[in-house]
Amino acid sequence: MTDDFTIIPTPHTRRRHKSELRFQWYGKAAIIAALGFLVLMIGSIGYKGVGVIYQTKIELDIQLNADAFDPAQLRKADFSGLVKTALRARFPDVKNRRQKRRLYGLVSSDAGFELRKMVEGNPNLIGSTIKIQLTASDDIDTFIKGKIDKNLPESDRRVKDVEINWIEKLQADNSVVQVFNTAFFTSGDSREPELAGILSALVGSFFTLLVCFLLSFPIGVLAAIYLEEFAPKNRWSDLIEININNLAAVPSIVFGLLGLTIFLNTFGLPRSSPLVGGMVLALMTIPTIIIASRASLRAVPPSIREAALSIGATRVQTTFHHVAPLALPGMLTGSIVGMAQALGETAPLIMIGMVAFIVDVPASILEPATALPVQIFLWADSPERAFVERTSAAIIVLLGFLVVMNLGAILLRKKFEQRF
Amino acid sequence: MSKIVESLPNIPEVLPLDPAPQADPAVRVKPLITARNVNVFYGQKQALQNISLEVPANQVTALIGPSGCGKTTFLRCINRMNDLIDICRVEGSIEIGGQDIYHKDVDVVTLRAQVGMVFQKPNPFPKSIFENVAYGPRIHGLAASKAELQDIVEASLEKAGLLAEVHDRMNAPGTSLSGGQQQRLCIARTIAVEPKIILMDEPCSALDPIATARIEELIDELRENYTIIIVTHSMQQAARVSQRTAFFHMGELVEEGATEQIFTAPRDERTQSYITGRIG
Amino acid sequence: MEKTKTINFMAKSSRHRRVEQGVIAVLIACSTLAIFTTIGIIASLIFEAIQFFKFIPITDFLFGLNWSPQTAIREDQIGSGGSFGVLPLITGTFLISAVAMALATPLGLFSAIYLAEYAGPKVRAYIKPLLEILAGIPTVVYGFFAALVIAPFIRMTGSEIGLEVASESALAAGIAMGVMITPLISSLSDDVINSVPQALRDASLGLGATHAETVAKVVLPAALPGIAGSLLLATSRAIGETMIVVMAAGLAAQLTLNPLQAVTTITVQIVTLLTGDQEFDSAKTLSAFALGLMLFLVTLCLNAIAHQIVRHYREQYD
Ligand SMILES: Nc1ncnc2c1ncn2[C@@H]1O[C@H](COP(=O)(O)OP(=O)(O)OP(=O)(O)O)[C@@H](O)[C@H]1O
Ligand SMILES: [Mg+2]
Repeated sequence: MTDDFTIIPTPHTRRRHKSELRFQWYGKAAIIAALGFLVLMIGSIGYKGVGVIYQTKIELDIQLNADAFDPAQLRKADFSGLVKTALRARFPDVKNRRQKRRLYGLVSSDAGFELRKMVEGNPNLIGSTIKIQLTASDDIDTFIKGKIDKNLPESDRRVKDVEINWIEKLQADNSVVQVFNTAFFTSGDSREPELAGILSALVGSFFTLLVCFLLSFPIGVLAAIYLEEFAPKNRWSDLIEININNLAAVPSIVFGLLGLTIFLNTFGLPRSSPLVGGMVLALMTIPTIIIASRASLRAVPPSIREAALSIGATRVQTTFHHVAPLALPGMLTGSIVGMAQALGETAPLIMIGMVAFIVDVPASILEPATALPVQIFLWADSPERAFVERTSAAIIVLLGFLVVMNLGAILLRKKFEQRF
Repeated sequence: MSKIVESLPNIPEVLPLDPAPQADPAVRVKPLITARNVNVFYGQKQALQNISLEVPANQVTALIGPSGCGKTTFLRCINRMNDLIDICRVEGSIEIGGQDIYHKDVDVVTLRAQVGMVFQKPNPFPKSIFENVAYGPRIHGLAASKAELQDIVEASLEKAGLLAEVHDRMNAPGTSLSGGQQQRLCIARTIAVEPKIILMDEPCSALDPIATARIEELIDELRENYTIIIVTHSMQQAARVSQRTAFFHMGELVEEGATEQIFTAPRDERTQSYITGRIG
Repeated sequence: MEKTKTINFMAKSSRHRRVEQGVIAVLIACSTLAIFTTIGIIASLIFEAIQFFKFIPITDFLFGLNWSPQTAIREDQIGSGGSFGVLPLITGTFLISAVAMALATPLGLFSAIYLAEYAGPKVRAYIKPLLEILAGIPTVVYGFFAALVIAPFIRMTGSEIGLEVASESALAAGIAMGVMITPLISSLSDDVINSVPQALRDASLGLGATHAETVAKVVLPAALPGIAGSLLLATSRAIGETMIVVMAAGLAAQLTLNPLQAVTTITVQIVTLLTGDQEFDSAKTLSAFALGLMLFLVTLCLNAIAHQIVRHYREQYD
């Protein structure tokens, strides 16, 4: 009886151990695959987007002949003509029209405007020859950043051999420089990639989130207080509860449809405005805030309520003087997480028309605006190659804000965690 | 206590011929399980101290002692269920059939197939009665055909004394049985794997007296083919079902011997106090 | 001069009470907003959808095989049916969601199993939040990545092995969506697997089962209802997802189940129909609301069933 006791595995058992290892490996592989995708996605977008930090500029000598300017009306002068003249002077052998157009295309269509700003800033320059750094066009910028393969056949390339030739000449006398790209952070949208910036979208997002927060935080918190501290447990409160849970799972685009029919068509609120965008996002965020706030109210020990009630405070006083302040950090944490979600929302904003081409920075919540994720969507849709870099950079900025908000929420939670 | 007398005739069967150094004669056959200087730690906390114990084959050995003294811990050492607890560390050696089960080459799966365990609370799988019992033979590849599996399941249920009650509802969920039936189902599930040893951790603590009596009868029958170690809080139960008894106290093995001797003439004062109800 | 203190059990001043009641009224108003939102959604969708069904019979909408809303603008075509058949959109939505679920189910489940059953507490503490980052990334980012990286990659691979792949294939959108919903499945399933009683694992391991056998044959079957709930929730998310498909799936409605072709979805069409000029008296614009109503009802049902299953499951082991 004792002799046949064996703890040496049979071949059958060995096979089972192999499948055990395989099984564990599946688990690891799944996690690695998911995280690998994350790294790949962020990595490739980051790689494509970092280039935006620098903008290529072309340094030109421009003669500001006094006879080209009317001192009373500096603005009227033909600044882009001056830029063109300077380019022709730099490359005198370019003769035919097609070639000339290409030559003028080295710099952005905004180059004349850049020159005007400089002259307006210092009219004394008129009459002299100045050195100015002009924004290079998007294709040239992309080429300089090494994202166009020189070895491709010329017909498949946006930047042709002549242009490469000019660029190389300019580079040879250090006239091609890379400077910090302030325009990306200080200007609005543009049809020209090299001029497009995220400022108007950022401000649009800020206004939208502001409206969203001002609506959803008080409403969400007050609703949570009612449900957790006052509501009798009956069918009515069950109904509210079910509703909240369901709303949290309704597709975001449906909220957009609601905003379109109710806020725009019925109430006639201004289309494309951060006000309406914020209202729609608030409806989506409120369930999140209610759920988080209720959890944090539930974490306040009953002894605090009993203490307040026992010295004669009413229930309203107890709640607002003692319970709610203790639950506030948790409520804020939940709200920040909700705001971070709202910041990334795109579809509902498209529905209410915040998908416009916005050059100017919106000045109020009633003006047409767009939001950062919508700007990303718009740029992603643009055919110009250079917009890939802008889109990626805008995504990095968006993710940056999300990281900051979520870290803030985590820190807040950590700080107030062991209160009770 | 009358049950002791009834079960006494079993002991002479294994009585060895030559006198032993121990006071107790029964162990002098080659023991099936030998624990030597077993120390168990949960993190910093020591749960068992220097346990040395020999368990003879085809007998029922009862582990008794006050709550928290380490009975479950010791039991779980024998089929290495303690491996599942991260902070648990076992020192010393436990041999079964002459092989150290804590040796690094030992395959726990093979070990556990031969050292079955019945838990304190009946824990049938949320599957049918049939599937509960068929699970073990299936994973170990014990049945070559469906018919063979059917035979194993029925034989195991029969041995566990449950077949008559469930033969017409083998597909009902195991959880639909009564507590006592569930525990017998768990026993059937354990013996379907054909272990050599069955460890039982307070198998009757969740049961009423009638179900308990039924299980005790069953244990007595199983003794013929299996070596059983049972943890119990009931002195009467230990006396009724076991041939040998080990008394644990605060992580130490205080005393071990023939059940009758432990209950009638304990050598240690602590054993005396415990069985008379003064500590525990 | 001495005044005896009087004890007064009477209610405080009525002004005081009015304030309290006012506060509570405000609280109630805030909490009912959720109900009004739901009513608002349902009412507005139904109202506009009814307008739509005045143009197009509901049967043509539900059973039509052809979706091309552009052609119906012409006067003589209004109500002529055939152009507003929703079936290609449903198959498109289904196809992309199926690709997404086919990827997310194994990824999510195996991650959950690994985290719940094998990973130590330290590994878990790091991996779980990392996985959840995937759920926190805005969907435009996935859409951009799908269109810019995944779709060209699939096309290239396809042409290498001689497969015809559309530039906006259902596969590309489905893959991005699958990764996006993976953390939804993994974190819900992880909770569910953790709530399977340890006694069941002990029983199986005590019989000499390996850990993998225990998980596959005991833990997962016991956790099945909860896992099914999490899969339903994920499906509902996939069906309602908009940006990924808008950016990475096509616009042309095709009745196909081939994931290498371009398909369009309900959400894509809603976005397309409502960007640009809207005429709330044309079938074209109104059809977006019929689609929205359909989307709302389908996701609502899936969510309701999922919540029911999960709740039922929780009660079972509490
Ligand atoms: N998983 C664990 N982690 C830490 N300590 C443990 C663990 N399991 C048991 N212990 C400790 O080990 C000691 C022995 O526990 P054990 O469960 O073996 O006692 P027991 O004799 O079976 O008690 P009872 O009769 O109550 O079942 C106790 O002090 C207990 O607190
Ligand atoms: Mg115990």
